Amino acid sequence: MTWFEQFTRSVVSEWGVVLLQGALVTLQISGGAFALGLLIGLIVAMTKLSGKTPLVIIANGYITVCRAVPELLLILLLYYAGSDLINAVLDWMGYGPIEINGFASGVLVLGIVQGAYASEIIRGAILAIPLGHIEAARAFGCSRGLIVRRILIPEMMPFALAGLSNLWMTLLKDSALISVVGYNELLFTAKQAAGSTKMYLLFYLSVGAMYLVITLLSNLVVERFESRFRRWMPAH
Amino acid sequence: MDFEWLGTYQSYFIPALQTTLLLLLYSGTLGFGLALLVGFARLSKQPFIAWAALSFTNTIRGTPLLVQIYVLYYGLGSLFVEFPAVRDTFLWDYLRDGFWYVVLALAISVAAYVGEVIKGGLRGVPKGELEAARALGMPRLLMVRRIWLPRALQILMPSLAGETVLLLKSTALASTVAVMDVLGAANFVRTQTLRTYEPLLVTALVYLVLALLIEEVFRRLAHRLPTRSGF
Repeated sequence: MTWFEQFTRSVVSEWGVVLLQGALVTLQISGGAFALGLLIGLIVAMTKLSGKTPLVIIANGYITVCRAVPELLLILLLYYAGSDLINAVLDWMGYGPIEINGFASGVLVLGIVQGAYASEIIRGAILAIPLGHIEAARAFGCSRGLIVRRILIPEMMPFALAGLSNLWMTLLKDSALISVVGYNELLFTAKQAAGSTKMYLLFYLSVGAMYLVITLLSNLVVERFESRFRRWMPAH
Repeated sequence: MDFEWLGTYQSYFIPALQTTLLLLLYSGTLGFGLALLVGFARLSKQPFIAWAALSFTNTIRGTPLLVQIYVLYYGLGSLFVEFPAVRDTFLWDYLRDGFWYVVLALAISVAAYVGEVIKGGLRGVPKGELEAARALGMPRLLMVRRIWLPRALQILMPSLAGETVLLLKSTALASTVAVMDVLGAANFVRTQTLRTYEPLLVTALVYLVLALLIEEVFRRLAHRLPTRSGF
């Protein structure tokens, strides 16, 4: 049997649907973690910019740890710690332990790790906004929330976009690490397929190609976004 | 929290630390050498070479490192098993061990990521300096060795420190293919002592210290490089 026949038979017709489902789960985990990471990043960045010493020390510690410790280790640590923590809370409230949803903990873990990177990107982008714009908003009596929503976020977006799109690519790739703790995203599905068919090279190459397609497609989407967010920026 | 096991399992962590550092050293040096080639190839005037380098970096940077390690270790590794003749050669010891597959995978990924960084640095060297070298009649290779590359590396020092820390973090993936690096040792201790957190926390501390050390080394290195001061 030729390589190509083998590919169409086992990868496409036998495992194709399952792999596509895995790819969808990967996208969902990454999307959820990206949203969570942005939220954490925004909060941490604003904390650091607020200049309240104890909070800044905590924020700096969080960023240093997340940037110096391997993601795989953090994922293992947070995965177990997170589920133990939730069960401890449940136990304290008088409920029995529950099985933690793998999807939710995947999103939580990746979101916490990416939040550290996002916060540095967002902090840099906020610092790039002319201070006068924020002072002007304040002078008009805008509330804090309104300034964040109407001035801070729209104005920092063009500065943050390049970094954030890099972060999204990193996140897509880091989501493969969730397979180590055993949630059926793309790589975990491929592992099962490769294990049961014994065609390791074929399946891992195919799954690599799937990740590549996902990243290339996201690149296209990101470019659309960039041109939209940059529409008011002065053209160089 | 109980760290009593540290006394018993200490003997596992020392060789494990050595493995992690060796992974870092081997893949770092090999990868950096490849990255130089990729960096120059990206700027090549030959369209085919430039295109090949671009597709290489895009492919490697577009797929998870874990998948690349699996492709090499399980994929290529399973091919070697099919040839019984290989088992009798001296190569078998290397082909069986996950260590060298991880070194190769890490080196390839360093080549792609750092290659892009080096390309940026090479572009950042002021054109006038290169033209001056050419005007003095320097052969191309001498110009690269004496001016283009040193200037680019000088510009890139901070990013190279960051890339080295990223590489250190990537070496932890070796534990997924049964290499006994620091994380591998921690996982082993976890299964032996049934303690979830303590081994992982100790390991996190080890990586944190190593990362700070790397940054310190690069800071010293950057200090020693001559920089233009004043006019």
